[in-house]
Amino acid sequence: MIQFGPAHVIYILEAVRWTVVLSLVAFAGGAVLGLLLALARVSRSILLRAFSAAYIQTVQGTPLLILLFLAYFGLSLLGYRLAPLVAAGLALTLYVGAFLGEIWRGCIQAVPRTQWEASDCLGLNRFQQYAYIILPQAIRIATPPTVGFMVQVVKNTSLASVIGFVELTRAGQIVNNSTFQPLMVFILVAALYFAICYPLSVASRALERKLNVAR
Amino acid sequence: MAYKFNFSFLADRWPAFLEGAWLTVQLTVTSIALGFLVGTICAVLRVYGNGLTRRIVGAYVEIIRNTPLLVQMFIVYFGIASLGVKLSAEVSAVIALVINAGAYTTEIMRAGIESISKTQLEAADCLGLSRFDTIVHVVLLPAMERVYPALSSQFVLLMLASSVTSQISAEELTAVANVIQSDTYRSFEVYLIVAALYISLSFVYRFLFTLTGMILFVRRRKLGTAL
Amino acid sequence: MAFDANGAVLAEPQGDAVVKVRDVVKFFGQLKVLDGVSLDVKAGDMVAIIGRSGSGKSTLLRCMNGLEDIQEGKIVICGHEVGYGQSNRADLRRDVGMVFQSYNLFPHLTVQRNITLALTLVKKKSKAEAQRLAEQVLDQVGLADKMLSYPEQLSGGQQQRVAIARSLALSPQVMLFDEVTSALDPELTVEVLRVMEDLAKGGMTMILVTHEMAFAQRVANQVVFMHKGKVWEAGPTRELFSSPKTSEFAQFIGTGL
Repeated sequence: MIQFGPAHVIYILEAVRWTVVLSLVAFAGGAVLGLLLALARVSRSILLRAFSAAYIQTVQGTPLLILLFLAYFGLSLLGYRLAPLVAAGLALTLYVGAFLGEIWRGCIQAVPRTQWEASDCLGLNRFQQYAYIILPQAIRIATPPTVGFMVQVVKNTSLASVIGFVELTRAGQIVNNSTFQPLMVFILVAALYFAICYPLSVASRALERKLNVAR
Repeated sequence: MAYKFNFSFLADRWPAFLEGAWLTVQLTVTSIALGFLVGTICAVLRVYGNGLTRRIVGAYVEIIRNTPLLVQMFIVYFGIASLGVKLSAEVSAVIALVINAGAYTTEIMRAGIESISKTQLEAADCLGLSRFDTIVHVVLLPAMERVYPALSSQFVLLMLASSVTSQISAEELTAVANVIQSDTYRSFEVYLIVAALYISLSFVYRFLFTLTGMILFVRRRKLGTAL
Repeated sequence: MAFDANGAVLAEPQGDAVVKVRDVVKFFGQLKVLDGVSLDVKAGDMVAIIGRSGSGKSTLLRCMNGLEDIQEGKIVICGHEVGYGQSNRADLRRDVGMVFQSYNLFPHLTVQRNITLALTLVKKKSKAEAQRLAEQVLDQVGLADKMLSYPEQLSGGQQQRVAIARSLALSPQVMLFDEVTSALDPELTVEVLRVMEDLAKGGMTMILVTHEMAFAQRVANQVVFMHKGKVWEAGPTRELFSSPKTSEFAQFIGTGL
């Protein structure tokens, strides 16, 4: 049995960057998809609304773990050999997109109806209404829950470990397999997640308070 | 190249899927019930407790909400075993899920409890109700009614998240899928079926939560208005 | 005779007083809201506490029922010193009922359950007995047919009558009313005042903080005028209204507020 030592700690610490990279990929991809889904959910086309709603329902009803397996094993059988980072990034993008789409739909709809009417009376077209009136207000409302959801994104990247992507959790497993010090290893891993997530949680709450005061 | 779908393994493997799904239901229903209990008690302590209990509960909620369930699961399963106590995968899974659900329930129920106005407490006080009776009869039910949608969404998410218990080899739905796909090399089909089963389960859970809500909140069922 | 702003007339110690308030001082932070208040209430009295907003009248009522702490002085109701330990609080609750401006019915419970809740939980009455009592008090406030309604299905006046019935069901010795008609439209006020008048005629000891001057003048047998956290003027209703002794009280009844 190998003693749990500084080298292991450094190995785990270095894996943090892959958790961060995967989180950023998932968030960026999810944000693009989420925005499209949110706009589709409030669009005037019933087809777009239905498609978007069905997508969100389906993905939110599926465990992320299953999405990861579908992306990793499934797509490779379909002929695409995906590196773990790509597969994990894809699955997380699909997953994060569904949740952000739903959160942002709520934020767009939280902009008072009268803002649409007022901008309509000024002669703005639909695109201008979104660009100049609705979205700027929706973004203010959306910031606190979005920052809060980033916590979920970071935590969810831990599941990429199951398809062999060596991020924080996988690094912990590897170290545990050689040292058999699970309590120490996984508490260290948990502490590192906490160090990333807790500031985001605090920021989300602070932003929400600020928004409530401003309104 | 075109991939040919092949679901023929279902012919003799379908009972395994159902068994896995049934274990998922057992694990998650137990965890939701116990997690709700733990979370409700913690929420009461968070709002009405003294400085120390409030801080302890606050720390519990923050630690759990800011770390991944998978890592919590590893700490419970491997960590407790390393201390010499051997728990089965299922028991470890339930413990980890209860701890996790408890933290989210605490946060949701806290918001509900805080939304009950102080005057309701004064009225109960003036009628001579004890603190315990006041919390049970005057605070908790309306508090729960107000946050019930958030609560049921959270519990559906917990049911889905329970798929990670496969990683400590609890033989639930996802674990069953992992076994079958490695036997049959039909990963995509297997996970599609499992995805469909999870989606069905989440609809069933939503339906059951709605039903439970209608039984619990008599006034809402009769009048249909918010508190 | 000049008044020493201590409510000395009413506060003559009486042997049979069920409510005794002595030199009570109460602060909200730095603000002194009650400044040496004393008064006595005898069994069967109906005392109306009147005064401008901010005069301390509602605070005084809340202090009487232990909803607010006092910093100095002493309050004794039905032999129980207010704010003196937990067991004493249970005794106090058994003997003192209170009705609030905002009714404070429990929205998730039927009218019946609102009334029977404390009967079964606190008084340990059987379900049947509690139900019988609920019927009786609801009948008394004229709402026997609303047994199974929810509070939101009732008008404000009806809700307040249920709140009175709920309090009454516990058969208190003294009832406190905190501006119970302030949130009601005039036509709904009447029905609530009628119930209170019936109670007074039935011999219930009642202390009410109110803005209904005409009602106070007609039904209350004692009136306490509060001003700047003190009992400024107090005494039998007719005397007080016919010959105000302080310019503040004269001005108060002059403006009708």
